[in-house]
Amino acid sequence: MARAALMDFDRALELFEPVIGLEVHVELNTTTKMFSSAPNPANSAFHIAEPNTLVTPVCLGLPGSLPVVNGEAVRSSISLGLALGCSIAPSSRFARKNYFYPDLAKNYQISQYDEPIAFDGEVEVELENGRVFQVPIERAHMEEDAGKLTHVGGSTGRIQGAEYSLVDYNRAGVPLVEIVTRPIFGAEADAPALARAYVSTIRDIALSLGISEARMERGNLRCDANVSLRPRGQEKLGTRTETKNVNSFRSIERAVRYEIQRQAAILADGGTITQETRHWHEDTGATSAGRPKSDADDYRYFPEPDLLPVVPSAELIEELRAALPEAPAARRRRLKSEWGFSDDEFQIVANSGMLNELAETVAAGATPAAARKWWTGEIARLANAADRDAAGMVSPAHVAELAALVESGTLTDRLARQVLEGVVAGEGSPQQIVDARGLAVVSDDGALIAAIDDALASQPDVLAKIRDGKVQAAGAVIGAVMKAMQGKADAARVRELVLERATAE
Amino acid sequence: MSEITAEQVAHLANLARIALTEDEIAHLTTELGQIMQAVEKVGEVATPDVAPTSHPIPMQNVFRADVVGDDDVLTAEQAVAGAPEADGSRFVVSAILGEEQ
Amino acid sequence: MSEIIRLTAAALGEKLAAGEVSSVEATRAHLDRIAAVDGAVHAFLHVDAEGALAAAADVDRRRAAGESFGPLAGVPVAVKDVLVTEGMPSTAGSRILEGWIPPYDATPVRLVREAGMIPLGKTNMDEFAMGSSTEHSAYGPTHNPWDLERIPGGSGGGSAAAVAAFEAPLALGSDTGGSIRQPAHVTGTVGVKPTYGAVSRYGSIALASSLDQIGPVTRTVLDAALLQDVIAGHDPHDSTSIPEAWPSMAEAVRRADVSGVRIGVVKQLDSDGVQAGVRAKFHESLELLQRNGAEIVEIDAPNFEYAIAAYYLILPAEASSNLAKFDSVRFGLRVTPEGGGTVEQVMAATREAGFGPEVKRRIILGTYALSAGYYDAYYGSAQKVRTLVQRDFDAAFAKVDVLATPTAPTTAFKLGEKLDDPLAMYLNDVATIPANLAGVPGISLPAGLAPEDGLPVGIQFLAPARQDARLYNVGGALERLLEAEWGAPLLSRAPDLSSHEMAAAEEGAL
Repeated sequence: MARAALMDFDRALELFEPVIGLEVHVELNTTTKMFSSAPNPANSAFHIAEPNTLVTPVCLGLPGSLPVVNGEAVRSSISLGLALGCSIAPSSRFARKNYFYPDLAKNYQISQYDEPIAFDGEVEVELENGRVFQVPIERAHMEEDAGKLTHVGGSTGRIQGAEYSLVDYNRAGVPLVEIVTRPIFGAEADAPALARAYVSTIRDIALSLGISEARMERGNLRCDANVSLRPRGQEKLGTRTETKNVNSFRSIERAVRYEIQRQAAILADGGTITQETRHWHEDTGATSAGRPKSDADDYRYFPEPDLLPVVPSAELIEELRAALPEAPAARRRRLKSEWGFSDDEFQIVANSGMLNELAETVAAGATPAAARKWWTGEIARLANAADRDAAGMVSPAHVAELAALVESGTLTDRLARQVLEGVVAGEGSPQQIVDARGLAVVSDDGALIAAIDDALASQPDVLAKIRDGKVQAAGAVIGAVMKAMQGKADAARVRELVLERATAE
Repeated sequence: MSEITAEQVAHLANLARIALTEDEIAHLTTELGQIMQAVEKVGEVATPDVAPTSHPIPMQNVFRADVVGDDDVLTAEQAVAGAPEADGSRFVVSAILGEEQ
Repeated sequence: MSEIIRLTAAALGEKLAAGEVSSVEATRAHLDRIAAVDGAVHAFLHVDAEGALAAAADVDRRRAAGESFGPLAGVPVAVKDVLVTEGMPSTAGSRILEGWIPPYDATPVRLVREAGMIPLGKTNMDEFAMGSSTEHSAYGPTHNPWDLERIPGGSGGGSAAAVAAFEAPLALGSDTGGSIRQPAHVTGTVGVKPTYGAVSRYGSIALASSLDQIGPVTRTVLDAALLQDVIAGHDPHDSTSIPEAWPSMAEAVRRADVSGVRIGVVKQLDSDGVQAGVRAKFHESLELLQRNGAEIVEIDAPNFEYAIAAYYLILPAEASSNLAKFDSVRFGLRVTPEGGGTVEQVMAATREAGFGPEVKRRIILGTYALSAGYYDAYYGSAQKVRTLVQRDFDAAFAKVDVLATPTAPTTAFKLGEKLDDPLAMYLNDVATIPANLAGVPGISLPAGLAPEDGLPVGIQFLAPARQDARLYNVGGALERLLEAEWGAPLLSRAPDLSSHEMAAAEEGAL
């Protein structure tokens, strides 16, 4: 697709004020779905399943089937609402959102409309540059996810050009909480970073509550970003676009930035913004026009007659409030002190979005320093090279295992990096890879001594220099030995042995 | 308010995904006008002070325990058994024009 | 005609328990009757002879092995095609579901099976229960056993006709605006719409979720009570199912006594709009009850006149959404436009071909009533009328124990008579609809034959929500008093259909 004209970002901000609004869908990890007793694929226990095996008549919208609300999903939703600083509705109810689409089994989605379970909240979001925003939350409501379509035929696997599509309803009915912000003003040049940091904060909150696996790459967390620009000095808000399909933290930031630049170019050129859905394309780093919002969007909401109002007692709300974990901002302050990191060290970790990974790695037995070294070092490098989020590339447990192997001397740093690559490639746990590839450090002095003696014998001039006290000459022998050992030796130990052997005779 | 046009009926048919014929649209336009005129009577007594009733028997907080209903979960074979077209475990539909919402 | 099929379900149950007849014999007798007369009546869309006989043999075997059963074990039952049945086609009278075999049983079907009852097959109905005559069935109308030229009522005309024609001792029906009670009225049978939530809706192909209720269709009040005792009770699969336990309805019938019972007559429904013979039988019944100790009180229910208008907004609105699932993807019919098409076009073509005119009319109506800008005026206002109708009931039940009305304004009309006038058809439900809007229970039982046309007339009683037992008390008492006057059940005066067997066979058309 043709890439739209973009205005320089700084120039765009001189002319326009960006206003963003974010809709985040959080898939809850309850055992079963929102309205049916089918296993929930957003729970990691059921993540891997054959198509249409996690379904009941309710998920398929079979004639006669009826929804029944999962009480645990309601509790999770209330907890999430409380963690977002929301008021919990004394009475809320479900409504049907009617539209036809093949992934929607009943051709209506059970959602909440005029009476959401939570409303009027505020979330503290800290940016990489240290700025802190209070993001206003309009509402959080419960709903069900749709099934999954696979488009077949055509060249791209996309909907355009496909000959037919396959429908799997395993995901249909997965419990969702949709969190909608009010329009966010005043972020200015930080708007893209704020969008990213906000979603990251929602993820932290969901994880700390234990209510979602919150993995963006699995779609546990999904973000739609609304962006509009208003000319400086103008009161009235500009026309907004809604960018969908933004499936990583990096993409959120890039997509918002892209929309600001794209809209600015159109407005500066005297054009108008079409109110429409836009799609983010990870590969091209651009958005493309989707469905225009129009009068045809008539969802004919009405109260779901198959379900009854949710009226949480004050006792339940207080019980859940009392059980809330510490807020992410407070948690960051605590972890920084527990880990003994400097301001800079901690900021790098926080900015990398890998705080949870670090915490889990430390919990799995690694020292904070080792955990930080791996996550912000080699793992971040690999993620960058692969254009992926570091979180999700490797599990904290594996990182801790890797650190332990280095600590015990089984691996050198260099070997450990090779092992890490294997873990990322999905070859197994660090220990399994060490075993399979035979990567462990050769700690058998006998094998090393044999190699050293060979090297010394073949380089008599070096031997002579060492014996003359020119210890730095040993480097040539050490290099030869390491090469002979295919790198699987501890260089410090080799050096010790070289000096020992050279002076022994 | 009960003035209904053929364009409106065509729009409703599109929302309801029914490929009505021109004849049906014409017929329904007349009928709908008559029926709406009759049912608009509700406006005579539905004053702002009357609360709406969605459920005839008032109940609330009807929840299910978060436990897999083994008796209710279907196999993929059962799931697609009644489908007009399936690939063994997934439902097959022809190409999709519009986007998801 | 075999004596077995003339038995009430209660009497047949007793004979089965006493070992005087086997369930296989009883089932075979009814299957034979279906084979003989259903060509003319067309009460059934599907008869599962093999499954029924196997189930009957199983009950006989278990009974012989000493297993103890409830009072209806071994008794055959017909199931309205609105209820899904595992292994049996379930179409709701629609072309769009032709041949669909569900992978699960509706809860009431599961309960009758668990009670040892024998499902014979699926009965005809107006498509998706939209209608008052079964003429809107995609599979052709059912004929009234009293006069095959006339409608058997609707939407559950199949269940009522099956019971009236002795093809089944009892049947399951569904009642959204009178679909159990109005067919009972025109076929001289008994039909009960229990309190909303008394019987699970799980597995009932939804018409209007907030109005639908499953209930018994029988020849006697006691049989209805026995069947309600089987199918009522809490079902965790239906959120609107009432959790509390129910008293025995059969017990209420056995102890029936109207002395001291206050019966309210809704004056708005006892008007000139009602056919003379229907009204006459209604008043004769009231007088009989009064002579036996009941107190008759006139009741004003001013908002009932808005009930039909509210109903024809709420029902289409909910139905337009409930019927959206019929889209050619997961089950049922698929129609592909000539030369192929997108999934959107396939869905639209399928729904155009698969739905009949009445269903399309109501879907479009409901889509309109819910659309942006009209919600408050239509659906919202209708929900307010619902509140007002409930208030009328509350005020009435503060004064009386039950209400009485003619069940429907006329006796059975001729097939085709009202087919082209939807508004006239909708008026059939004027007396039955208020109960659905308010969720209260209602019963219709035979009150006699209208002198002018010799066709059956029913009387309806309504009770407060959860007080279904009151209906069985009053209904049971009136039935006993009337049958004492008549000397036999009303249905004994229905024509013997065996001659039609020949006619139908000769014509080969029905």
